[in-house]
Amino acid sequence: MNRVVVTGMGIVAPNAVGLEAYRRALCEGKSGITFSTQMKESGFGCHVAGIPDISEQVANGYFNDELRKNTNSSMKYAVIASVDCWRDAGFSGPQADSPVDWQTAAVIGTSLGGIDTIGEFVVPETNSGRVRRLGSSAAERAMSSCASACVGGLLGLGGQVTTNSSACSTGTEAIANAFWMIRERRVDRVLAGSSEAPSIYLWAFLDSLRVMTRNSNDQPKAASRPLSRTAAGFVPAGGAGILMLESLESAHARKARIYAEILGGHSNCGGQRNGGSITASNPEGIQRCVGEALEAAKTKPSSIDYINGHLTGTGGDAKEVRCLSAALGRALHDMPCINATKSMIGHGLGASGSMECVATVLQLMHGFLHPSLNCEDLHPEISELHPKVPQTGVAFKCDVALKTSFGFGDVNSCVVFRRWQE
Amino acid sequence: MNRDEVRKVFLEIIKPYLRVQDPNAIADSSLLVDDLKLNSARFVDVILETEDRFSISVNDQEMERFERVGDAVDFICERTVAA
Repeated sequence: MNRVVVTGMGIVAPNAVGLEAYRRALCEGKSGITFSTQMKESGFGCHVAGIPDISEQVANGYFNDELRKNTNSSMKYAVIASVDCWRDAGFSGPQADSPVDWQTAAVIGTSLGGIDTIGEFVVPETNSGRVRRLGSSAAERAMSSCASACVGGLLGLGGQVTTNSSACSTGTEAIANAFWMIRERRVDRVLAGSSEAPSIYLWAFLDSLRVMTRNSNDQPKAASRPLSRTAAGFVPAGGAGILMLESLESAHARKARIYAEILGGHSNCGGQRNGGSITASNPEGIQRCVGEALEAAKTKPSSIDYINGHLTGTGGDAKEVRCLSAALGRALHDMPCINATKSMIGHGLGASGSMECVATVLQLMHGFLHPSLNCEDLHPEISELHPKVPQTGVAFKCDVALKTSFGFGDVNSCVVFRRWQE
Repeated sequence: MNRDEVRKVFLEIIKPYLRVQDPNAIADSSLLVDDLKLNSARFVDVILETEDRFSISVNDQEMERFERVGDAVDFICERTVAA
C-alpha cells in the first residue's frame, strides 16, 4: 500500500499569511474578521468579512510584472500559498526555464475562482460594448481553473493540473482526491488545496440567501460564532491553503521532512434526500462519508482524538455535531475534542477546507488545540460537548485527527490525518 | 515626442512580457514573438497599452506593423505625428 504523507504547506488566511504566522495566530486565537465598507456601501446585510492582508512587500516576493498584471485575488492567494508550500517541501524555484516535473500534479479547487475578474471587468466591459478591450488575460483570469493553471505554469508541473469545485467542501475534497491519486500511484506528489477570492460578487447571493450573519456588524471579531447558541450565520472570507501530498517512498528518497500522514479520505453526496437539499445535508450522507474515510484509513472511531469541524456559525452546527456523534458511535460527552477554525478566519467557502486542513496539521505537529472563539454560550442541543470545545489555546497531544467539510449540493468530504510516526 | 522617446515608451510597454535576459539587447530589427519571446497571446495587450499610452487606435490590419520593434515604433511615430 502506498502511504501518503504531507511534506509541505502554504497558507494565505485572513488572520495570517505564512505558516509560522498562522501557527501563532491559531494558538493565540487571533481573529481575522474586519469591517467591510464595500459590503456596507453595496447594500449587504452583513458588513464583516475575512480578507487576507497581502502587503506590497510580500507580493513582490512572488510576482513579476507580467504575473502581477494578469492575476486576480484567487490566483494571487493560490500562487503565494503554492510557492510557499513548494519551497517548504524542499524544492527550489520557481524558475521560468525549469524542466517539467512530470511526477507532480496539482488539484487546486475553488467555488468561483474567476468571479472578481468576471464581476469587475468582463461583464462591465462587455456590457459597454468594449469587448475588444478585454485583452489577453481576461480568459486566464476568468476561467474556473485560473488558479491551478497559473500555479501549474509557474512551477512547471507535468502531472494532472486541475480544479475541483464542490462548494464549501471543495478544499477538503481536493485533498481527498489528491490522496487517492498518490495512493493509486498515478503520481508521486500533488499540490492539493484551494483558493477563493474575497469578492462581493461571490458573497452577494449568499447575503441574499440570508446565510451570512447580520447581527455583529459593529463587532467584527465576535461575528463568527460556530457552535454558539447565538450563531446567526457565517462570515464570508477569502484565502488559500495548499498542502504537498507525497508518497512516503518519494519523501524518503529525497529525505523530505514529514509533517503528518494522511490515512484516508472520502467524498460523497447525500443525494438531496432524507433531509438533504441543495443547501442542507442528508445526515446519512455525512455519516457514510465519515465511515468510508475511516474505513479507508483503517482507523476505529475510538481512535479519533480531534475533529476540525465544518462548523460555519449557522443553525447547522448542532446538527453537524449530532451527525458526527452518530457516525463515530460516540455520545456527545465521549466525543473527540472539536473546534472551529472558521471562528477566527470566517468561512472561506471553496478555500475553507484547505485552510482548515493546514490548521489541523499544525495542531497535530505542534501538540495544541486552537480556541474555538465566540462559543462561550454553547448551543443547548450540544451542551454536553462543552469540555471538548477549547475556549483558549491548549496543549494537546493528538495522534489522529478528522477533518470534515460539507457544501451546497449536499456534498461531503472527510480526511483522516495522523501525527507523523514511522 | 521624437522617435527615441517613442521607442523608450514602447520598450516600457513590452518589457513586462519579455523573456529575454538582457533588455538592452533589443534592436529595432528584433521580432517581438520570435526573438524577444513575447507570448503571442500577450500581443493584444501590447496593442491595447500602446493605444492607451499614445492616444491612438490600431486596427486589426495595422497590428501587422507590430511584428518588429522598429516597425512598431515607426508606426506609432507616423500615427502620433498625424494626430
